Amino acid sequence: MSGRTAQRPAQRALAQAGWEMRLLLRNGEQLLLTVIIPVTILLVLTLTDLFPQGRGPEGLPRSLATVLTVSIISSAFTSLAIATAFERRSGALRLLSTTPLSIRELITGKLLATVGVTAVSAVVVVLVAVVLGWRPGPGAAWAVPVLVLGVAAWVPWGLALAGALRAEAVLAVANGIFLVLLLLGGVVIPVTSLPGALGALASVLPSGALSDALTTALVTGSPDAAACLVLVVWAGAGVLVATRSFRWA
Amino acid sequence: MPAVLIDDLTVRYGDREAVRGLSLVAGTGAVTALVGPNGAGKTSTVEVCVGLRAATGGTVEVLGTRLPANGSARASLHRDVGVMLQDGGLYSTARPREMVAHLARLYPGAADPDELLVAVGIDPGTRTPLRRMSGGEQRRVAAAAALVGRPRLVFLDEPTTGLDPAGRRTFHDLLRSQVAAGCSVLLTTHLLDDVERLADHVVVMAGGRVVASGGVAELTGDDLIRFRGPVAMDLSGLRADLPLGCSVEEQAAGRYLVTGSVDPQVLSRVTSWCGRQGLMSQDIRWGRRPLEEVVIELTSGIEQASDDEGGTR
Repeated sequence: MSGRTAQRPAQRALAQAGWEMRLLLRNGEQLLLTVIIPVTILLVLTLTDLFPQGRGPEGLPRSLATVLTVSIISSAFTSLAIATAFERRSGALRLLSTTPLSIRELITGKLLATVGVTAVSAVVVVLVAVVLGWRPGPGAAWAVPVLVLGVAAWVPWGLALAGALRAEAVLAVANGIFLVLLLLGGVVIPVTSLPGALGALASVLPSGALSDALTTALVTGSPDAAACLVLVVWAGAGVLVATRSFRWA
Repeated sequence: MPAVLIDDLTVRYGDREAVRGLSLVAGTGAVTALVGPNGAGKTSTVEVCVGLRAATGGTVEVLGTRLPANGSARASLHRDVGVMLQDGGLYSTARPREMVAHLARLYPGAADPDELLVAVGIDPGTRTPLRRMSGGEQRRVAAAAALVGRPRLVFLDEPTTGLDPAGRRTFHDLLRSQVAAGCSVLLTTHLLDDVERLADHVVVMAGGRVVASGGVAELTGDDLIRFRGPVAMDLSGLRADLPLGCSVEEQAAGRYLVTGSVDPQVLSRVTSWCGRQGLMSQDIRWGRRPLEEVVIELTSGIEQASDDEGGTR
């Protein structure tokens, strides 16, 4: 080999994260998913009586938890899966595979970029919530690690889906899963409001667990430990699946 | 140590065998060209060399590293290798400079993206995204992307396809400068004019195998003279004028070929004879056989192993 000074894997992962975030934030469709849709859902939940979590004195923190959950699932799963599938189809991943960047560094880069995009979305949503009257309580600080855990639980599954199907199929399946989980996965309709078996199932899905953990953090001041554990399990299993199944081409 | 050493390589796609026991050596600091018809196995061979595909059998060494390379060996190898894919690979929403600059950040001691883009004829300041650029412009950016890591070895899969004549000339100059700096090149192309201008060594493939290899001069053989004239001319006078060891035949209707130990004296005799027959001098050509003709002759009739471009492009 040439003996050139090696770059650290962390440097390459950070470079990839910066690149991913730059392209994500330039994409108009992504801005729609990251900012406009979450803000719209927050307004609908808090200003109407259409959904149970928007009602009562805890309506605003519950609605905020729901919107942050939607934002994470859309960024860390749906958008990521679709973008990665089309990167594979365009040959962009093939080209990256010929560089010193490893699969682990690529996945780390995508994870960090998704955390960054989610942070942008969360800041905007929280500012709107503040305008609507929400004031951060003691649980607000807990929401930050829960958000990161939520991203970690969803990103590997988005990447795994991106590698499992053709790009067009990923587009359809990722959006389909997103809609189903939104309605029946304990997000828009809380786990406690879903009928027995469906509620039990939703509570062990990463959608319901994330919604639960964020809601308890923002309403009671600390996140539900069981929900956090569910997220940890999904994150760990997802990392195993994604790192073993992810292919460049 | 050769830049690429392939021994008895086999690549299969299900029942189809795209590469059948291929062996080749690509020298260090030289341009090696892989040529042959579609489905000959060129792209499959390159894909194995750059780690995009696993070999079914045989061994491949790139810059002394046995493939497949994993972990630190992979990162170390990829620092020294540049790749220009046959198509795609660039992020369509990115601008040329940011695309090349991003790749530069993945390599230690990378080249200056601006200088490289200028060298391939792209304005580094352009804000036009790659998806709005022509195919030829995208190939220029892909060339800059392949070279930005200052590779010791670069794989170029049909690099000049879609380039205009000026772009091809620019690319030839850039490649020569890279080789002069010690870079080794493995090139696949259907444009045999590029091969004649650039390659030190040519490997002709067909049906997943090597059917011939050598320098351009070795493959194209001795000089010969061609001229055009009326069909079925009486060649006895010319035959009498030619020295021993030279012969003339009507190769096709109205197309004549003088072969043998062709030298300026023979050319002079042929030209004089043609002048006496009233043939114009522009109808007379002297030189080696075109490489294209040689490759077609070497590869015609050989059944292609598979559509190697139909695999996972």
